[in-house]
Amino acid sequence: MATAAVEAQRVSKVFGEGPDQVVALDAVDVQIRQNEFFTLLGPSGCGKTTLLRLIAGFDHPTGGSILLNGEEMSGLPPFKRPVNTVFQNYALFPHMTVAGNIAFGLEMLGKGKAEVAETVDRMLKLVRMEALKDRQTSQISGGQQQRVALARALAPHPQVLLLDEPLSALDLKLRKEMQIELKRLQHETGITFIFVTHDQEEALTMSDRIAVMNHGKILQIGSPREVYDHPAERFVANFIGETNLIEADVLAIADGSARLRLGSGVETEADLPDGMEGRNRVTVAVRPEHASLADTDPTLSGQLETVVYFGTDTHYHVRLDGGDLFTVRTQNTRDGGEAHAPGSPIGIRIAEKSVQVLRD
Amino acid sequence: MAIGEATSDSQAEGTGVEPAASGAGEGAGEAAHRQAVRRKWLLLAPALAILVFAASGPLLIVLVYSFLSPGPYGGVEWAFSTEGWFRVFFTRDIFDDTVGPADAHLSIFWRSVQLSVLTTLLAFLFGFPTAYFIATRERNREVWLFLITIPFWTNLLIRTFAIMEVIRNEGIINTALIALGLIEQPIQILFTDFSILLGMTYVYLPLMVLPLYASMDKIDFRLVEAAYDLYATRWQALRRVIFPLVKPGVIAGSILVFIPSLGAYVTPRVLGGGKNLMVGNLIELQFGQGRNWPLGAALSITLLVIVMVALILYVRNASRSGAEHG
Ligand SMILES: Nc1ncnc2c1ncn2[C@@H]1O[C@H](COP(=O)(O)OP(=O)(O)OP(=O)(O)O)[C@@H](O)[C@H]1O
Ligand SMILES: [Mg+2]
Repeated sequence: MATAAVEAQRVSKVFGEGPDQVVALDAVDVQIRQNEFFTLLGPSGCGKTTLLRLIAGFDHPTGGSILLNGEEMSGLPPFKRPVNTVFQNYALFPHMTVAGNIAFGLEMLGKGKAEVAETVDRMLKLVRMEALKDRQTSQISGGQQQRVALARALAPHPQVLLLDEPLSALDLKLRKEMQIELKRLQHETGITFIFVTHDQEEALTMSDRIAVMNHGKILQIGSPREVYDHPAERFVANFIGETNLIEADVLAIADGSARLRLGSGVETEADLPDGMEGRNRVTVAVRPEHASLADTDPTLSGQLETVVYFGTDTHYHVRLDGGDLFTVRTQNTRDGGEAHAPGSPIGIRIAEKSVQVLRD
Repeated sequence: MAIGEATSDSQAEGTGVEPAASGAGEGAGEAAHRQAVRRKWLLLAPALAILVFAASGPLLIVLVYSFLSPGPYGGVEWAFSTEGWFRVFFTRDIFDDTVGPADAHLSIFWRSVQLSVLTTLLAFLFGFPTAYFIATRERNREVWLFLITIPFWTNLLIRTFAIMEVIRNEGIINTALIALGLIEQPIQILFTDFSILLGMTYVYLPLMVLPLYASMDKIDFRLVEAAYDLYATRWQALRRVIFPLVKPGVIAGSILVFIPSLGAYVTPRVLGGGKNLMVGNLIELQFGQGRNWPLGAALSITLLVIVMVALILYVRNASRSGAEHG
């Protein structure tokens, strides 16, 4: 296997001392592959920016080490790392034009005038900003600023590009456009992207792999499918997409697979995560779209509380007999299906193989 | 002293009026327009009053005096004469009436300009890191700013005598150096150009630090990180990002230090020991012992012109080199 583009080995970062010390990163281990679109996903304050700042070299880890292409980076200042950043707030130089901003990194690397001009033009074309090249950066829109920030960071052709929630300030439409554009850029340039977001949908649509973070720890790393379909922990299951959490009894274990009994006695098969053997009661996650309303032999039963219409689909909130709330999502069809009145007793059927046992 | 500094004050206030005057409100009705004009003049009135009575008036008197003849015991006689102006630039030999350039005046002017430029440079060299230090504190900036202003709490004369106490031959520095056995004879610091420079830099340093701080405070220091990220070394980040952004502060600070330095009176008088004159002392001499008010008045106007020309050149130059960076 090729050396990882970026590797964090038990990286920790503690801010402050004594009683008000904050553990922003707690022994984080991660390997980011060459040319990968890697996303750090997690709630506000979980340490995403901190990890990027350590990779870029603005801060130094209090423990562990960071390697770029297999080389230890500790003590190396940001201007000696082949890494560029698209900052959360863009951080464009207000006293320079659009072209001046894009040229900055190239000039600092001591590139010749002709090469700088040529690269700047190419970058402007890439982000479709040719027309605004001589504008002051204070005189362009937020979306345009974001594209300039991107071009500025791409111009020196870094090995790794760090993007700190670059799309968070944009409106939905522009954001969707930029997502596609970013994917295209990553594809065309072959640069490793490390992308930070707290928007799970953005993470799912754009990434090759996602690292889900919380409280300074990486909880799970995997492809969008893996983290969505097989969330390892309660937090991951809850944070990515909607999910139902229910208790189940473990009946038998064989080859990492467990026979479970759900609610009203229905049995089902599910993979058991490592370290969960020997438990006789576990929490399982079921996606709302993997369940359906059923009148005959249901997996679970309860009482329908509310029905929420979403256009493409409808959400049914069911109060289970055990007292928990369970959401079922069904795709809407033209004829509308049969109507269910809130308050009526109702059965829920869970599809085969759609129960995920959570580590806790 | 009063005259030397009054000229520089009028300068500072004169520039302050223009922006207000150019904001004329055109638009809706004639009446509304007239009312806007009236309000503008009303707002301007106090500033104008001060300008006319406290700055322009005295300035006019100085200008008129410079074209009169000196009275025998000071003051002026109301007879037109260009002798005052003549004596600014030329001397007449007492014995044979031959005319030569007024070397003494020219060299004092030249020295004053040199010392003021050096003072401004030194104040910048010391003030920039100081302001940067304060602007990059996460806490207690107010405390640091407060400390910067402490020297202003004491009278200038007393502060200047305090410096004298430190640098004179029997002062703290020389006593300490001799006690340590580093020197045998005291070093002559007091009454040199160096001591004037030291005193003026000390006195005017806050005037450099405060505007520098004000413009640094507005800098988003994440821009500096962005510069590092884009391979700028510390020096390049300073030159290409921080410096252009604090330029307004540098200009303001330089003006605030340069102008009073050029007209300084107390510091060169006390620390220069009467030998090392600056323009301020020269002017005072004409109104005092010299009893040549017209010459003093003409020298004052000359100082004013030098300040104005220097300012115009400086500001124009500074904004041009600002434009180069885009
Ligand atoms: N300079 C600092 N001093 C003290 N604490 C800090 C500092 N920087 C970050 N922290 C703390 O470290 C934790 C992680 O911060 P970080 O900026 O990495 O979060 P984030 O995941 O980027 O959040 P967001 O999505 O809101 O940007 C937070 O609790 C934050 O308060
Ligand atoms: Mg952040």
